[in-house]
Amino acid sequence: MKFNESLSGEKKEEVEQRTALSGVPPLEVHDLTVSYHRRPVLWDIDFATPEGKLIAIVGPNGAGKSTLIKGIMGLVPLASGYVKIYGEDLERARSRVGYVPQRNSVDWDFPTSVLDVVMMGRYGRIGLFRRPRDSDRDVAMEALRQVGIVDLAKRQISQLSGGQQQRVFIARALAQDADLYLMDEPFVGVDAATEGAIIELLREMRRRGKTVIVVHHDLGTVREYFDWVLLLNLRLVAFGPLDEVFTDTLLQQTYGGRLNLLTKVAELMKEQERGRDLQ
Amino acid sequence: MNPELLDFFLLRDSSIRTVVLGSILLGVGSAAIGCFALLRKRALVGDAVAHAVLPGVALAFMIVGTKDPLALMIGAIVTGWFSMVSMDYIVRKSRIREDAAIGLTLSVFFGLGILLLTHIQHSGSANQTGLDKFLFGQAASLLTKDVVIFGSVSLLLLLIILFSFKELKLISFDPDFTKAIGFPARFLELLMTTLLVLAVVVGIQAVGVVLMAAMLITPAAAARYWTERLGVMILLSSLFGIVSGYGGAFISYLEPKMPTGPWIVVVASLTFFFSLLVAPGRGVIARALRRRQNVRVTLAENILKTMHRIGEVDGNLQGERSLKEIQEYRMIPLATLRRGLARLVSDRYVQERVGDRWSLTPEGIARGARITRLHRLWEVYLTEYVRIAPDHVHDDAESIEHVLTPELERELEGLLNRPESDPHQQVIPYR
Repeated sequence: MKFNESLSGEKKEEVEQRTALSGVPPLEVHDLTVSYHRRPVLWDIDFATPEGKLIAIVGPNGAGKSTLIKGIMGLVPLASGYVKIYGEDLERARSRVGYVPQRNSVDWDFPTSVLDVVMMGRYGRIGLFRRPRDSDRDVAMEALRQVGIVDLAKRQISQLSGGQQQRVFIARALAQDADLYLMDEPFVGVDAATEGAIIELLREMRRRGKTVIVVHHDLGTVREYFDWVLLLNLRLVAFGPLDEVFTDTLLQQTYGGRLNLLTKVAELMKEQERGRDLQ
Repeated sequence: MNPELLDFFLLRDSSIRTVVLGSILLGVGSAAIGCFALLRKRALVGDAVAHAVLPGVALAFMIVGTKDPLALMIGAIVTGWFSMVSMDYIVRKSRIREDAAIGLTLSVFFGLGILLLTHIQHSGSANQTGLDKFLFGQAASLLTKDVVIFGSVSLLLLLIILFSFKELKLISFDPDFTKAIGFPARFLELLMTTLLVLAVVVGIQAVGVVLMAAMLITPAAAARYWTERLGVMILLSSLFGIVSGYGGAFISYLEPKMPTGPWIVVVASLTFFFSLLVAPGRGVIARALRRRQNVRVTLAENILKTMHRIGEVDGNLQGERSLKEIQEYRMIPLATLRRGLARLVSDRYVQERVGDRWSLTPEGIARGARITRLHRLWEVYLTEYVRIAPDHVHDDAESIEHVLTPELERELEGLLNRPESDPHQQVIPYR
């Protein structure tokens, strides 16, 4: 126990040192507005994230959570505003950002293997029209090992379960070897074992000083999984440490009438179940 | 062998050589690039481009005044490419969806092409004969010059695919990720568009505007049945393209009145149907066999489970049962039941006794117990974890019990903490 404590203490110092070294927020979003067919879907979003935290983006359906991630990654045109990654423009800092799109954004019947998809995470470093090297393969295999599916490397992606698909996508992001990660709904439609493995991995990434921003839909697990929360509903409702932001009042503001009795009951039932597991 | 056939196979005659080489070279590029169009679900885009090439050909002829292949090709590239740009623009800038944009572009460009072609035919130019061959292809009247030009474009196309395989694969699988890692997605889209237009422009020389979509999609669709690897798929698709070109040329050689282009498409379609039927894994026959195997396993397991159940009730798992007794517990048609029992006997799960009576062997008891266990565990899982009422879980368990793997069985046991009985208070038999 004591050994463990001192170890984690040491790690913490290391992280703090890194933070001190870089000293700039991993992600700054300034006055970001995105519109679709002239209708704004994100209004004037403005925030800067701390380093080495697990950050949840939370909000009702249609709040613009995915759009925010895509706007940051430059995948949808910005009506106004700009984004800085470690103080630099996105184009200069692409290699420091890992991206996990929604699982259903691709066709999983595409004729390719698990390792091939994870290798795509290396493409940014390999460069255009160059061939991957052995070292890239090693990194991809290591990423597969970290998400616990190294034995599936040769498997065709059409044969994967939902949870395995999600692990492949996360492995691909790990293979990018980035410092800031943006993940779009990584817990949707995955089995309990995968959810556990992913959250363990996120914690490990945090220990290594990575910053991870996750679009999250399950209010019941926010408290357990994340350090910081961004409440979003077309505009930014609140952003800050869990205890300050994840409050009834602010949630009510975010969800309006939509955080109704049913959601609360569902949360209560989850709490109860967790209590039972502990006994 | 018939000397005429030998002439064909050995390509001894230079005009035969031109037609065969032409048919092969003109089809191979579109077969290769067609794989990407198919996988990106953009088959119809190729069709629209093929039709949109026509006005370009007509315009080029009107400007140059001869059927110079290079001029016609440039004209075709210009309008073919323009049609791609217009489809893309319509989808991005309006609320019109992709299918409508494709239809719109196809008909407008094709209509324009027919208009120009009619105009040329009525203008009385002596050079214009044969221009309408673009509608249905002109493989049989290819000249060596055409083959050299279009063949080299085809080969260039293959080289570019080889060189940019990694990039084309990435953008076909995940365009957003392509942008996210900073690859020039717009440029790669443009490259893919240009390759598609080039393939179409070359391919229509052989099969014509109307049938071009078939040359893009059919070999690729056939290849998809045989492999789960993109590289292999492209190679196979190219091979099917070659076979189609060769076959089409051969048929029209045997029967000179037969047009080469349509026959190329017919042969391509035949390779597709062949693949659809016999390919292992994805093919229709393989699937039917798998389904039949599943039906067999399900029947066998249901019989074992039923005999196990009877044994549970009268306390003697090895007991001999008549067919009637089994049917009382589970209504299996007599003929089916006999067939299933016969197979179980040959697999040594069941023994036949005197007087048309049957009993479980030790292996049969073990397997029957396993199915019973899976059925009941699944019922427990559904009522406890999915919160389904106990009287609604039986049907689901009936199908799940045949597919659960031993790993899942162990997981289920651990998760449920080895419950003693199912929601209907029936004891769960453990090993």
